[in-house]
Amino acid sequence: MKLIVLVVIVLAVIAVAQLMRVYDLSAKLKGHKEEDINLKTNNINAGLMLVFLAVFFGSLFYMLFKYGNGMLPEAASEHGEDVDWLFNMNWVIVFTVYFSTNALLFIFAYKYAYHPDRKAYYFPHDNKLELIWTVVPAVALAFIIIFGLLTWNKITGAPSDDAVVVEIYAKQFDFTARYAGDDNKLGYADYKLINGTNPLGVVTENNIATRLDEIDQLIADNQNTLNGLDSGTTILSAANAVKYQAEMEKMGRIKERIVVMQESLTEEVYEMSNDDYTAKSALYLIKDQEYQFIFRSQDVIHSAYFPHFRAQMNCVPGMRTKLKFKPIFTTAEMKEKTGNPDFEYILLCNKICGASHSQMNMPVIVGTAEEFEAWKADPANAVTQIVGGNEEVEEDPEAVAEL
Amino acid sequence: MAAEAAHDHGHHHKESFITKYIFSQDHKMIGKQFLVTAIVMAVVAVLLSVLFRIQLGWPGESNSALSFFLGDTWAPDGVLNRGMYLGLVTIHGTIMVFFVLTGGLSGTFSNLLIPLQVGARDMASGLLNMISYWLFFLSSVLMLYSLFVETGPAGGGWTIYPPLSIYEQATPSSGLGMTLWLTSMTIFIASSLLGSLNYIVTVLNLRTKGMKMTRMPLTIWAFFITAVIGVLSFPVLVSAVVLMLMDRTMGTSFYVNDTIVGSEILEQSGGSPILFEHLFWFLGHPEVYIVLLPALGLTSEIVSTNSRKPIFGYKAMILSILAIAFLSFIVWGHHMFITGMNPFLGGVFVFTTLLIAIPSAVKVFNYLTTLWKGNIKYTPAMLFSVGLVSSFITGGITGVILADSALDIAVHDTYFVVAHFHVVMGLSAIFGMFAGVYHWFPKMYGRMMNSKLGMVHFWITLVTAYGVFFPMHFVGIGGAPRRYYDYSVYGTFDSNQYEMMLDLNQVISIFAIIGALAQVIFIFNFFYSIRRGQVAPQNPWKGNTLEWTTPVEHVHGNWPGEIPTVHRWPYDYSKPGLEDDYCPQTVPLMEGEEEH
Repeated sequence: MKLIVLVVIVLAVIAVAQLMRVYDLSAKLKGHKEEDINLKTNNINAGLMLVFLAVFFGSLFYMLFKYGNGMLPEAASEHGEDVDWLFNMNWVIVFTVYFSTNALLFIFAYKYAYHPDRKAYYFPHDNKLELIWTVVPAVALAFIIIFGLLTWNKITGAPSDDAVVVEIYAKQFDFTARYAGDDNKLGYADYKLINGTNPLGVVTENNIATRLDEIDQLIADNQNTLNGLDSGTTILSAANAVKYQAEMEKMGRIKERIVVMQESLTEEVYEMSNDDYTAKSALYLIKDQEYQFIFRSQDVIHSAYFPHFRAQMNCVPGMRTKLKFKPIFTTAEMKEKTGNPDFEYILLCNKICGASHSQMNMPVIVGTAEEFEAWKADPANAVTQIVGGNEEVEEDPEAVAEL
Repeated sequence: MAAEAAHDHGHHHKESFITKYIFSQDHKMIGKQFLVTAIVMAVVAVLLSVLFRIQLGWPGESNSALSFFLGDTWAPDGVLNRGMYLGLVTIHGTIMVFFVLTGGLSGTFSNLLIPLQVGARDMASGLLNMISYWLFFLSSVLMLYSLFVETGPAGGGWTIYPPLSIYEQATPSSGLGMTLWLTSMTIFIASSLLGSLNYIVTVLNLRTKGMKMTRMPLTIWAFFITAVIGVLSFPVLVSAVVLMLMDRTMGTSFYVNDTIVGSEILEQSGGSPILFEHLFWFLGHPEVYIVLLPALGLTSEIVSTNSRKPIFGYKAMILSILAIAFLSFIVWGHHMFITGMNPFLGGVFVFTTLLIAIPSAVKVFNYLTTLWKGNIKYTPAMLFSVGLVSSFITGGITGVILADSALDIAVHDTYFVVAHFHVVMGLSAIFGMFAGVYHWFPKMYGRMMNSKLGMVHFWITLVTAYGVFFPMHFVGIGGAPRRYYDYSVYGTFDSNQYEMMLDLNQVISIFAIIGALAQVIFIFNFFYSIRRGQVAPQNPWKGNTLEWTTPVEHVHGNWPGEIPTVHRWPYDYSKPGLEDDYCPQTVPLMEGEEEH
């Protein structure tokens, strides 16, 4: 099959080359020179410039008309309204420049096509003109910059005191939300504590104890394997022995770091995480409530993109990034506004993070405070309380084995 | 010295096939080598884009083209593998940005035109120039080879952000594929630096008598400044790449902090992935102008020659190039508004970035005024130059939106960005490159390309190129993230948008396939004309610059006799008081004639 395709292509090239040869010979007979573009051809090209201009502009209007309803609906956040206003202001400038300069370009290209009777106008420079088109864009840009920065400062300014803190935790390939609870303080988190029962690495007395036990167990298992005491029947190769030894030492060091950290922790720190709760099925937000989001990532850079709220922030491993916004329409209101009963808000991953990047997302729901309480209580949504203190926790053996 | 030597032995000694065509030190041959290599690389990159466009246009559908090119491994049953999709996107971007539009564009035209247009026998160092090409060749081979490794080519995007690109546990393509990518890029940068140093030295030291800096064609100004930008910014990427190699192989933690990859907990602490982004974009943004400036330089020359008018505002054009070059170094942060960067710093980058619009606007208006009251001849080169000005405008103004951080947070990393940079940098640079090839083909091969085929090529390319990238703006504002395998997620939460995305993605893919096929016209024309094209006259376009005073048959040392002396700037087209509508730079000023 591939061979046939290749043969056909080769034959086609040869055939075209022969046709070209015929064209060349006939051109030679006619005394045609390739560098001389004859007047007719030149005029056709000039005319096509105008045709193209019309098609170019026409296609823009066509798309605006046809796909206008496929654009994002109006902003659903408070700052988003400012962003949309700024967008519109910029669009005015962008479209003015786009239409005027493209029109001048293609009209000039049409109008000043070669004519043997005319000589081009020798016009090497003109300081006044050049000054004008330096100053005019500069003034327009000054406007853009000033309004842009005003909005930017507003968006990135400090959140108000009653902003609710929510953490968005990203890993390949899902998001988890952690609500700060009644104290509005997120408990500390550390990646060394992450395991099956503590996927976000939240610092609690219990989590630390469990993790230390787990590491001890892991070290002991490795030691057993090295000593040939495990249930395995394979002979340990030298390379594998080195690997187990290294793994053991590494976990030992990590344990040490956890212990050092543990010593610096106080009761207050532990308390902060006590009322935190997490949700993975959706991010539920309350209408007209300002939120301060904290973003973390476990593995690679992700980006939390909220298209409808005109907001986006990278989730960077080993770093905490922040963003605030206030939703102003509930999901139900938005369904009505868009006339689309399927409409849902969403949080998308918008930084390439591996093969399943395009499947990493989290539904976002905006409702009232009462609706939120009901949602939280519904077991279907699997809202999980962080377990603090020294309570016994049921371990998920499968998840533990993962680490 | 090299130039003197070339002069002494230039016309006599016989060259073997190997010294003439393979290990040549002649700048004209090296330029052609760069061009042909770049064409091969471009064919690959376009093919890759067609393959992933098939997936985006008809998501999840079985396609025989996919199984034909990718086989069962990467396209089982003709459906593209998710990992390979990202691999295709990554290698498409890498090849286009670096191998075609940096190596290909600068390598071809700086090599060909700098000695010819400044009046030098050859580059300052022929040997370094030859090494530069062969390093480029080697890096190209490595990059292509990475497509064939078992775990797939690098698939973290052409920006290779860590930690994704560091750890195989994070994604399989960060294994051997990424190692090859990094090795290839390091060699590529070495090639680029050798070339750039050569260009700078040649322009500064080997200009012929009378070729003052203010009499240099804008092409040379563009190549010169491009080389300076390259020399200042590429080393930063090398250091970024070397640090990454250390993170990958020696367990250092320049870019890693408190991370778990796959299910392995890492001890690395204290580094930052954001550091890499800073280093990357410190090259990455100047890189945009490394790609763009040579294209603008070529176009300035072509627009002026074919409008039979001097380029308007020669000095303003030079100042714009300088201003763009300077600003290009202090705007990189606009790629990072949403990385958690200090908002105040973000504000500074908004300011500097938007300033670039001023010199860019000056350039556009100067092009328009050059066309105004011209006497325009539509050679294929001129057509592509008009295309460039259009794409430079259309792509440039959307940059105003993206430079505004408050707006960027709404469209960052969406198809709006993809549309923006493809139009302003992809199309403009490719159009400039096509224009350059059509215009200087007679100088390269001593033959003419077929102009009718060139025109057909231009019109199909212009329409399909906009057909591809214009709708992308809509997809992007509709909220479609880039580097998504498909948009099925939209099907579950917004059917209006989903329908638009499906629709437009199909339109885009159809245009992309037609556009890609249309390039066959160019490739055929190019290779056919090398052998069979009409023999070129010495000065086919009636140009003023020095390269048109050299004989059609290439000689080592460029001019058989003395190097000509320059008496005027290169833009005396249709000057009142002169008989012809052009006046080569070698013609002395007439009595009482003002220079310009």
